[in-house]
Amino acid sequence: MADLHPDNPYAPDRFPDPSKRVAFPPQAKEKFDWILTRYPTKEAALLPTLHLAQEVWGWISPEVVRYVGSLLDLSPATVFGVVSFYNMYNQKPVGKFHLQVCTNLSCMVNRAYDIYDHLCEKLRVNPGQTSPDGMYTVTEVECLGSCDTAPVVQVNNDYHENMDVQKMDRLLGQLK
Amino acid sequence: MQPIKVLTANMDKPNSASIDVYLDAGGYQAAQTALKMQPDAVTQLVKDSELRGRGGAGFPTGGKWGFVPKNAPKPTYLLCNADESEPGTFKDRVIIEKDPHLMIEGMIITGYAIGSNPMSYIYIRGEFYYGATVLEKALGEARQRGYLGKNIFGSGFDFDITVARGAGAYICGEETGLIESIEGHRGQPRVKPPFPAVIGAFGGPTVVQNVETLACVPLIVKNGAEWFKSFGSPKNTGPKLYCVSGTVKKPGVYEFPMGISLKELVYEHCGGVPDGRKLKAVIPGGASAPMLTADEIDIPLNFDALMKAGSMLGSAGIIVLDDSVCIVDAVWRLAKFFAHESCGQCTPCREGCNWMESILDRIERGEGRKQDADLLLDMADNIGGKSLCALGDAAIGPVISSVKKFRSEYMHHVEHKSCLPETRRYRRLDAPVGAH
Repeated sequence: MADLHPDNPYAPDRFPDPSKRVAFPPQAKEKFDWILTRYPTKEAALLPTLHLAQEVWGWISPEVVRYVGSLLDLSPATVFGVVSFYNMYNQKPVGKFHLQVCTNLSCMVNRAYDIYDHLCEKLRVNPGQTSPDGMYTVTEVECLGSCDTAPVVQVNNDYHENMDVQKMDRLLGQLK
Repeated sequence: MQPIKVLTANMDKPNSASIDVYLDAGGYQAAQTALKMQPDAVTQLVKDSELRGRGGAGFPTGGKWGFVPKNAPKPTYLLCNADESEPGTFKDRVIIEKDPHLMIEGMIITGYAIGSNPMSYIYIRGEFYYGATVLEKALGEARQRGYLGKNIFGSGFDFDITVARGAGAYICGEETGLIESIEGHRGQPRVKPPFPAVIGAFGGPTVVQNVETLACVPLIVKNGAEWFKSFGSPKNTGPKLYCVSGTVKKPGVYEFPMGISLKELVYEHCGGVPDGRKLKAVIPGGASAPMLTADEIDIPLNFDALMKAGSMLGSAGIIVLDDSVCIVDAVWRLAKFFAHESCGQCTPCREGCNWMESILDRIERGEGRKQDADLLLDMADNIGGKSLCALGDAAIGPVISSVKKFRSEYMHHVEHKSCLPETRRYRRLDAPVGAH
């Protein structure tokens, strides 16, 4: 939700910055053109285009909102409405490794909160925040659909299953 | 009852997601058979099989196809619901990752039966990134062999599939929420009627089917309706994937004929609860399903029996809870989920779910009031049946059932300002504000 918090890149005085005009690099543009051919309306291409934009820039900045809107003939408000509705579109820059800990019931009773608390303490981050070196973001997420291998931690796009605090520490050692 | 291998027949084979393995097992023959039949005959076959939707509602699949008007002014769409987000459910993921061609073949047959537009969509939840890549690869293989595209199997029927990734919203598993999302909007469900079968995606008639439902379709065409009905009991037919998780020794996906006893599944096949503890409660159909106590689990896992017992089969996501789990804490976690996932469109659900979460949290923290249990029931009464889509009804399932069946545990929290002595803490109540 957009509010006036100084950390919020969507705060009115920062929206948008004309000096930060963005555009898809050629390969992404090609993929975008292909996406357009798969849907009967331009608007329907919004979700896949936002996924593509996030792959390119890592998050959906106000400049990206405006750019995507211009590609699909949508107002920035419409695009932002969609961005803010869905969890997976990052409304702030995230770390190189986005650690998403599922804490829903099946994971919770298999000690997911131990992992989550451990990560926040060890990396010295508040929930949803990024470590000062820009390496890790820790987020609590809802059910990832892998309850038989609970607890599950999703790092960027990959699932890490049957986790515990020790395994998490070993995994952190590999995430450099 | 012994586990069966019908939907899961190919899944143990090496490289099971590849088209070669699928073709070796007789894959895509059912599609060729179906495409030589009249579309109405295919629909009739599925009606005869008494297949019911595996996504949650258990609606008869053939009946749904029959609602699609012929000669509608706009193209008809087939959407595959692979937005598996119901806590406790992970069966569709197994099909997507291990046997994607089974659901693709199911989509071809379904698309033919309903007279689908040449383009149909698999709406897969965004977190299943690996699943989406498996599907893209499988679709590529099928296209290369001419099983998708123009004039497939020389039948004159054009059909193709696009993978549409969601972006993290449980509500997009609701069929009209899914349609909104496919159209590029916020996934807020629509008011029904009109039902999607009449006006759905892009204004055309639309059929939305769950992955497992579609996976059943080629098997029905191949083996016949009578064969399909040989699994399970009347009106509750077919092989079924059950997902078992929680505090249980052997969690996983199990395939049985529809209607295996919950008790047998939990104790004999999944090894019961670990560390010599005692079973306390079981949620039989994903987070939305009202919970059953340990005494109530001698019940067949099918649509009608669970409905009669005041719960539901839903997505067959079975969450087992042993006596180390505090029921209030467990229900708080589910309430938190529904509060987070409420789309915010209608007031009873948006306000009610948040409020229920807060009350459950205060009871768990020992700050509950004597009247809180009844307050929860009263609120549930004001959400259930009064919200725009089924999310509100889903959210009250665990709340009502737990207050009714575990009222003494709720009262213990209020009177002693603590959980029952045998329960454990699965989260820290002193965590920083906003942490949990």
